[in-house]
Amino acid sequence: MELHTLSIAEARKGLDDKQFSSVELTQACLERIAQRNDEINAFITVTEELALTEAQKADTRIAQGEVEMLTGIPFGVKDAICVQGVRTTGAAKILDNYTAPYEATVITRIRKQGAVLLGKQNCDGFSHGASNENSMYGPVKNPIDTTKVPGGSSGGSAAAVADNQCIFSIGGDTGGSIRQPASLCGVVGMRPSYGRNSRYGIMALASSLDVIGPLTKTVEDAALLMEIMAGHDPKDATTVVDHIPDYSKKSQTDVAGLKIGVPKEYFSQDGVDQEVQERIYQNIKSLEKQGCTVVEVSLPHTRYAIAAYYVLMSSEDSSNLARLDGVRYGVREAQDTLYNTYSNSRAEGFPEEVKRRIMMGTYVLSAGYYEAYYKKAQKVRTLIAQDFETVFSQVDVLISATSPFTAFGIGEKSQDPLSMYLADVLVSPASLAGVPALSVPVGTASNGLPIGLQVIGPRLGESCVLQVGNSIFNNQ
Amino acid sequence: MSISRSDVEHVAKLARIHLSESEKEYYAEQLSAIFGYIDQLNEVDTTQVEGTVQVTGLSNIAREDTVVECSQDVVQDIQNQFPQKSCDLLQVKQILSDT
Repeated sequence: MELHTLSIAEARKGLDDKQFSSVELTQACLERIAQRNDEINAFITVTEELALTEAQKADTRIAQGEVEMLTGIPFGVKDAICVQGVRTTGAAKILDNYTAPYEATVITRIRKQGAVLLGKQNCDGFSHGASNENSMYGPVKNPIDTTKVPGGSSGGSAAAVADNQCIFSIGGDTGGSIRQPASLCGVVGMRPSYGRNSRYGIMALASSLDVIGPLTKTVEDAALLMEIMAGHDPKDATTVVDHIPDYSKKSQTDVAGLKIGVPKEYFSQDGVDQEVQERIYQNIKSLEKQGCTVVEVSLPHTRYAIAAYYVLMSSEDSSNLARLDGVRYGVREAQDTLYNTYSNSRAEGFPEEVKRRIMMGTYVLSAGYYEAYYKKAQKVRTLIAQDFETVFSQVDVLISATSPFTAFGIGEKSQDPLSMYLADVLVSPASLAGVPALSVPVGTASNGLPIGLQVIGPRLGESCVLQVGNSIFNNQ
Repeated sequence: MSISRSDVEHVAKLARIHLSESEKEYYAEQLSAIFGYIDQLNEVDTTQVEGTVQVTGLSNIAREDTVVECSQDVVQDIQNQFPQKSCDLLQVKQILSDT
């Protein structure tokens, strides 16, 4: 049996039935990483010793019958999420030597169950990007075709799951950073509603948009993880106090009777590949056959989402990243004056895209432009959120493509930031509205590269999103 | 919207990022293109619209302002991250000049 290829549900069963131990499962993943990391570059840090120690502890727990869902299951974490006592770089050299003294709440919840940390996964520097080419530790390659990007920013996390280097990954999504790489690598990726999962311990990009979510091999696994990750956290005041539904049970229920919305703007956007569109329509038809009602709906402000997103995100970003100055932690480029120490530490330690976005945000928030850009974008965000509210009074979920195209070539868009930004055209609207969305793999295109389908639901409507996603996943 | 080289110099100074001369040119060109795209927001009529600050619907989340003890290990972990230190103290550049 190829242990590293298992899903969470399969690995759980194998561990519980004593077919293999957590140490064996962990070793299988570590061997796979050792074989593949030089080429794919999905991991920045591999915590081999820690992983084997945790696996042994998990085996003891299993022997004692103290088993929870994730006990003994190996996983990886995007390097922009803090794990206590483990090097956490954000894929930027300014934190090359940083060991996190604290831990993200969702990671603590996962590790408390006895999950085994394999290491920290490569990503675009401080989550800035859609191709994973903005890592200062080198680009990640798409395991399906190593001349292509894996998407981003959680590119290492998606590639590691697709390449069976781990059983699951935890990533972060601000404008599309879980869903888009999941789509390009052919895995499942979930962006929960904003406020559903704690953001405590993620390296903040845009605080009103950031979420942490799972990247998995199956929709069932994403549902299992959401049950563990979701919930109120006193350390993140934006988390919602709410009952957490039984996502995995709900996701198994029949979809007959659900109303599916097909947002016409998502199919008429410039640059949405014909083959990708057809595949999405096929899957919508299949849902109709299963008893769903399909209606066309309109979200008229969709085309303004990327513009609004880049104004708001870069503004929050420039403010959040001001803390990275080489003073209290990270790499300091000591200079003659304090000003030069700041400006050289930041010049040396940030990748180009981070500098670009900090300057955009600084410009937007500077005197004379605040009203014209920032205030305007906040108002457009309201209209985008209202579009979603209106359609969700008519339908249960929306379905579209996740990415307008399959994985593009390494270097193909890296010289043209605007064309890179437009890669997120179908994923950023849900981010602005704070609603949940899931990317589900729906086979490959004629070029052999994966196509991802996006299911978007109403705020805190993860159950229905997972239910429809699971049905699509099982029908491939 | 065109962003000039001097605009780039100004924001880079505000943002405390040192740029080379060639970078200034490069970013001026790229930021002009990006803000040219962003300008399409002006097509949207927002006269009667309130801005969105956050999407949770929550308001006034407060807690008692009480000190929570931090273990010595964590204190040590934080001190270990200091780029320069003397004893347990963070060492920084002089902020105010003598003159």
